[in-house]
Amino acid sequence: MTDFSINPTGRKQGRFGQIALRWSLYLILCLFALYYLMPLFVMLTTSLKSLEEIRTGSLLSLPRNITFEAWSTAWSKACTGIQCEGLRPYFWNSILLSIPAVAISTLIGALNGYVIAQWKFKGSNLIFSLMLFGCFIPFQVVLLPMARVLGILDLAGTIPGLIFVHVVYGIGFTTLFFRNYYVTIPQELVKAAKVDGAGFVRIFWSIFLPLSLPIVVVTVIWQFTQIWNDFLFGVSFSQAGTQPVTVALNNIVNSTTGVKEYNVDMAAAIIAAMPTLLVYVVAGKYFIRGLTAGSVKG
Amino acid sequence: MTKWFEKQIPKIVLAPSFIAILLFVYGFIVWTGWVSLTRSRLLPKYDIVGFIQYDRLFDSPRWDTAMSNLFIFGVLFIVISMLLGLLIAILLDQKIRVEGVLRTIYLYPMALSLIVTGTAWKWILNPGLGIQSVMNDWGFENFKFDWLINPDYAIYTVVIAGVWQASGFVMALFLAGLRSVDDEVIKAARVDGIPTTRIYTAIILPSMAPIFLSAFIVLAHLAIKSFDLVIALTGGGPGYATDLPATYMYALAFSRGDIGQAASSAMVMMMVVFAIVVPYLYSELRAKND
Repeated sequence: MTDFSINPTGRKQGRFGQIALRWSLYLILCLFALYYLMPLFVMLTTSLKSLEEIRTGSLLSLPRNITFEAWSTAWSKACTGIQCEGLRPYFWNSILLSIPAVAISTLIGALNGYVIAQWKFKGSNLIFSLMLFGCFIPFQVVLLPMARVLGILDLAGTIPGLIFVHVVYGIGFTTLFFRNYYVTIPQELVKAAKVDGAGFVRIFWSIFLPLSLPIVVVTVIWQFTQIWNDFLFGVSFSQAGTQPVTVALNNIVNSTTGVKEYNVDMAAAIIAAMPTLLVYVVAGKYFIRGLTAGSVKG
Repeated sequence: MTKWFEKQIPKIVLAPSFIAILLFVYGFIVWTGWVSLTRSRLLPKYDIVGFIQYDRLFDSPRWDTAMSNLFIFGVLFIVISMLLGLLIAILLDQKIRVEGVLRTIYLYPMALSLIVTGTAWKWILNPGLGIQSVMNDWGFENFKFDWLINPDYAIYTVVIAGVWQASGFVMALFLAGLRSVDDEVIKAARVDGIPTTRIYTAIILPSMAPIFLSAFIVLAHLAIKSFDLVIALTGGGPGYATDLPATYMYALAFSRGDIGQAASSAMVMMMVVFAIVVPYLYSELRAKND
């Protein structure tokens, strides 16, 4: 449409070429969209088919007879090893685990970021650098000693133990988020407040906290996605009853007993993905901001 | 007294995190490094004997496979994700009307757990009922696609799933970069009659160098830490054909109970990560302090 204004003399062929180019551009973009959507489509349709239809039908076809059998099996009957209670208890574990872990690590990150951005002292920048490096270590390097420490603290295989682990390795990122946000708040504000007799806590409570909503949302979404989707810590530090949903999903899919129920696998995968997908759909803007803040610092 | 206390509050607030990081990050690295120099098996021992664990590691054919897999996977994953992400970002930057919707679609895989991604692709690539049977139904009777169970090709299925997950994220990074290029410069170039492809290769892309670097760092970091995806997609198999250092470390630590080997492999992983990340972080921090 804008082409008219750019090229008012309008050579006919040129304009036709423009339109053709435009159409092929949209076509290519739609093909890419299909590529990204295809796995979700396949998961959804497979989860609504009967096993019989899966065996005889095609991967890409719509279900002929929609059945929710696989969903109820995945939720409450599928076997994760010896137990056959479905995903439900593990889904609950993940909720019990991520809510406190997200809340604690966000709170600590806010306080740390506030100190590092506005109450600098000798060495505070060094501490920040150490935290930043900590974000990048491959967690394999802490698995063995952490397993021992959790054992010593009597937290091995428990949900509080997993919460502890997620908080410890989450504060690097949460501190980074808040620090980068609070740095943009002018220091004059703090100075003026100090002159008026306000202290550390007061300034945080009545100046910084009310301004923090956007960064709190970004941080909470980031932490929630990380913790909900975590597998490494979950599989290393949990035991039969305390596994998070990702570990249970993997156990359902890779359990070798009985007939392979692809529809149940897919229903289970969608159930496990639902919370983070929901967050993404509702608050995608903040999700992207967290992703890019986590990678392009400053 | 209260005055003194008031002055110390910032330090008191930061102290617990500082101690936690010191202990659980740096202390643990030292612990793992120490144990990697001992004869530890099922239980850790603390008498240093030198580099025997590393000798064993580098002699192990399984570790060899894991490292070359990391190389194959890493290079392909990074290059393809970057190219695909860049291509889509450029196409999407042409004043597309439904850009918001398309962007949402391209990026949603990043919100999924790698276990979910692995489960989905495991089903799609299933040699019996997946893509292969679709193609057969469409008339390509001889089409064969058994990469998932073929030891020589299984690692490429990890690339396929990995690229699907991460390329949308790279797209978002590049799109932000394209948007930050100075409009005036591009307009001036247009007025001078410079063709669009030249404008991209000579002006826009070079000015996005820092974004290429960030994308590379993030992807490399994801590649080295890749663990969930392999576990869910191939379980490291067939045999150990798709083992990565991360799955090797896990297997030796928790299934084989060979702590010394697990520790030395973790240390090698960390050195690979640091070789890539440390120069980047160093330059970032320096740029900020200047």
